[in-house]
Amino acid sequence: MSAAEQALSTGSGMPLALRGPAPVRVVAGFGFWLFLLSDIILFAALFATYSVLSGSTAGGPTAAELFDQKHVFLETMCLLASSVTCGFGSLAVQRADARPLYFWMGATFALGACFLRMESQEFAAMVAAGAGPSHSAFLSAFFTLVGTHGLHVSLGLAWLLIMLLQVKTLGFQPMVSRRFFSFGLFWHALDIVWIGVFTIVYLGAT
Amino acid sequence: MFGRLSWAAIPFDQPIVMGTGAVLGLVLLTVFLLVTRKGAWPYLWREWITSVDHKRIGVMYMILGLVMLVRGFSDAIMMRTQLALAAGHAQGYLPPEHYNQIFSAHGTIMIFFVAMPFVVGLMNFAVPLQLGVRDVAFPKLNSVSFWLTASGVLLVNLSLFVGEFARTGWLAYPPLSELAYSPGVGVDYYLWSLQLSGMGTLLAGINLTTTILKLRAPGMGYSRMPIFCWTALASNLLIVAAFPVLTATFAMLLLDRYCDFHFFTNELGGNPMMYINLIWIWGHPEVYILILPAFGVFSEVVATFSGKPLFGYRSMVLATMAICVLSFMVWLHHFFTMGAGADVNGFFGIMTMIIAVPTGVKIFNWMFTLYGGRIQYTVPIYWTIGFIVTFVIGGMTGVLMAIPPADFVLHNSLFLIAHFHNVAIGGVVFGAMAGYTYWFPKAFGFKLNERLGKAIFWCWFIGFYLAFMPLYALGLMGATRRMQHYPDTHWQPMMLVALAGAVVILLGIVLTAVQLAVSVRQRRIHHDRTGDPWNGRTLEWSMPSPPPAWNFTEMPNVERTDAYWHMKKLGTPRAPPGSFADMKLPRNSPIGVFLAFFTVILGFALIWRIDWLAGVGLVGAVAVVLREAWNTDLEVRVPGEEVAAFEHAHAAGLEGNRVASGGPA
Repeated sequence: MSAAEQALSTGSGMPLALRGPAPVRVVAGFGFWLFLLSDIILFAALFATYSVLSGSTAGGPTAAELFDQKHVFLETMCLLASSVTCGFGSLAVQRADARPLYFWMGATFALGACFLRMESQEFAAMVAAGAGPSHSAFLSAFFTLVGTHGLHVSLGLAWLLIMLLQVKTLGFQPMVSRRFFSFGLFWHALDIVWIGVFTIVYLGAT
Repeated sequence: MFGRLSWAAIPFDQPIVMGTGAVLGLVLLTVFLLVTRKGAWPYLWREWITSVDHKRIGVMYMILGLVMLVRGFSDAIMMRTQLALAAGHAQGYLPPEHYNQIFSAHGTIMIFFVAMPFVVGLMNFAVPLQLGVRDVAFPKLNSVSFWLTASGVLLVNLSLFVGEFARTGWLAYPPLSELAYSPGVGVDYYLWSLQLSGMGTLLAGINLTTTILKLRAPGMGYSRMPIFCWTALASNLLIVAAFPVLTATFAMLLLDRYCDFHFFTNELGGNPMMYINLIWIWGHPEVYILILPAFGVFSEVVATFSGKPLFGYRSMVLATMAICVLSFMVWLHHFFTMGAGADVNGFFGIMTMIIAVPTGVKIFNWMFTLYGGRIQYTVPIYWTIGFIVTFVIGGMTGVLMAIPPADFVLHNSLFLIAHFHNVAIGGVVFGAMAGYTYWFPKAFGFKLNERLGKAIFWCWFIGFYLAFMPLYALGLMGATRRMQHYPDTHWQPMMLVALAGAVVILLGIVLTAVQLAVSVRQRRIHHDRTGDPWNGRTLEWSMPSPPPAWNFTEMPNVERTDAYWHMKKLGTPRAPPGSFADMKLPRNSPIGVFLAFFTVILGFALIWRIDWLAGVGLVGAVAVVLREAWNTDLEVRVPGEEVAAFEHAHAAGLEGNRVASGGPA
């Protein structure tokens, strides 16, 4: 029996690389991981730009003058908590259990919406105080970096609604579960990016 | 109502543009009428436009690249003609503002819409066949990627007739590309078409990386993968890692232009050098995205036509991956003159020289593969040997410019232009042509005409040297790039030689079309019944040509590298199985073409600032995606009888071939 045949018949005791095509679930998840990596690189470019331009205030307000760290801390807690609820929701998807899924994902949606509301309050206050994105290179970079994260959260919320609708109409088909798995990855990745934002943008503003 | 769009956007006063427009319109109309008269629309829709088959999509990428090659080359020959004329008091026939658009369009088109489709097309076609699998990881996404690229192409071509193109060079450096200095729609055309096609490329990169890492025939470990798959893996990893930077950079320039942000402006703290750093963090990996798959093609070709395994398989893999990593550490050599200081320039200069080492390893591997081989002088091997000679020269001028003090002299001169055409034509174009000739019989079941193929090679080879060797000399004499006119008439003779070279290359391009037509007419003579016309080594040659939609009737078992070669040696290349099960295939999907339809509308509306139309485009695109999200009818079943019929027909063809050639039955 050749090595490959052995792999096909037993499926174990063989190096993973020799076992032949991976199942759809693995392939789909892996593809989404790659997408997330590319997304994180997009953020890396924005972070680099922010770091370079954060001192270019053109005589306008500086980071230390603008940011209210208490507000941002609460905002951060909303997002981190939403990752916990999303994790419980993902467990419910695995068990194909609709009621806890609606509960936990509903909580995730609410916390995400809180986060977005607090962020838009912050943005609106800054624009009202004359510190909009057109004011200096620093502010352009700030609004773009934080705003791109906010845009991701908004898209994530829209995606979550669509997924809940899919569960309602299609049930827990493998296709739907796979998408929910990817949504979970996406949501957690946004947390990781936000930790970078919180550290570099807000805690770095001294 | 129509934003900035008005009748004034159409350049009625420019005879060259209007003439081109008329000819192009006529060609499109003829094609349209022809297709309609033959009643071929349902066929095209069913078999090509909505196809999710990686082979069909690969072929469509190649066609796209070939068509755009003609467009990009027209720009090239216009520039060469202008420079052959515009010496001393003569001003040539292209005014500066038109000339600026032409060189910007030439660079943009050749990189994004010729080289990229060629390379992505070849990978799309060959990689799943070499890996021994049915399709790429995400077939429908593959179609979306192609159509997003096509929508970028459409926008770029629209700019020729509606409005204008950027006058900023192919990378649109700020502050020139900012609204203050480029108030027209040219830069917007540039940015939106590249954002769309860039998204397509990123998705294609994710798709192929997943395919190579997760979908391989049983037994095909990493050390048994064909070398083209390795180079494709490196190239697609680079796409995943580099294209997001391009997207982010263009997004920032768009914010500057549309929303009065100040990333790269001269005022309010903006930093134009930030753009140039970012764009080259994408741009340098991009040149390896293009060249690595070409290296892969040469590796396959050189082993096949030398009749021996590739020399130094492991060192080739290591060199490929080393280039993959190092390509992210050299970007600053594109602008040593920025003035980053001796330490920074020194670091990037040394890194640039280091990246020449793995490339040198590859050159020696190819030469040692040829050494002692029983070389068949076919068209692909012509391209390969031509490449080895030409690329070494291009590599050496590259290492020369990696020395920062030398670069201060040569920066933005015609020497640089000669250098990168030396590696782009000698590397990527030669590689694409070698791959096209090599895999053509696999895709269509007959070979391309050999004599014409050799003529095409000589046209490109001689034409390249005539066109670009003078530019090296002119660059050393002080001629700069993007120059529309020069006062020193002593440069003119060499400019004339360069024009002659461009004309010879033109002949090569014309012959490519002739070769295609002649080969289609002679397809019965060059018919390939075996599926293995070159005595190939890798799995794609183990199946009939053209392959069935399901690729492999039975998934092959891979025991070692050059899997098919060893199957042939063992004498059991391809026994048809006793029973035929039903095949499940991904169903065709129009989502790609629908999405492209709406993204073209979206891009066009954003370029011309037509808000309501942009809304229509966006809502349409979202609606297409949402509708697809509820589509559960994703697979189509091919009955076992159909598979059996196909296999028996092929077996009968093989038998007929043996009888005809008098071989053992």
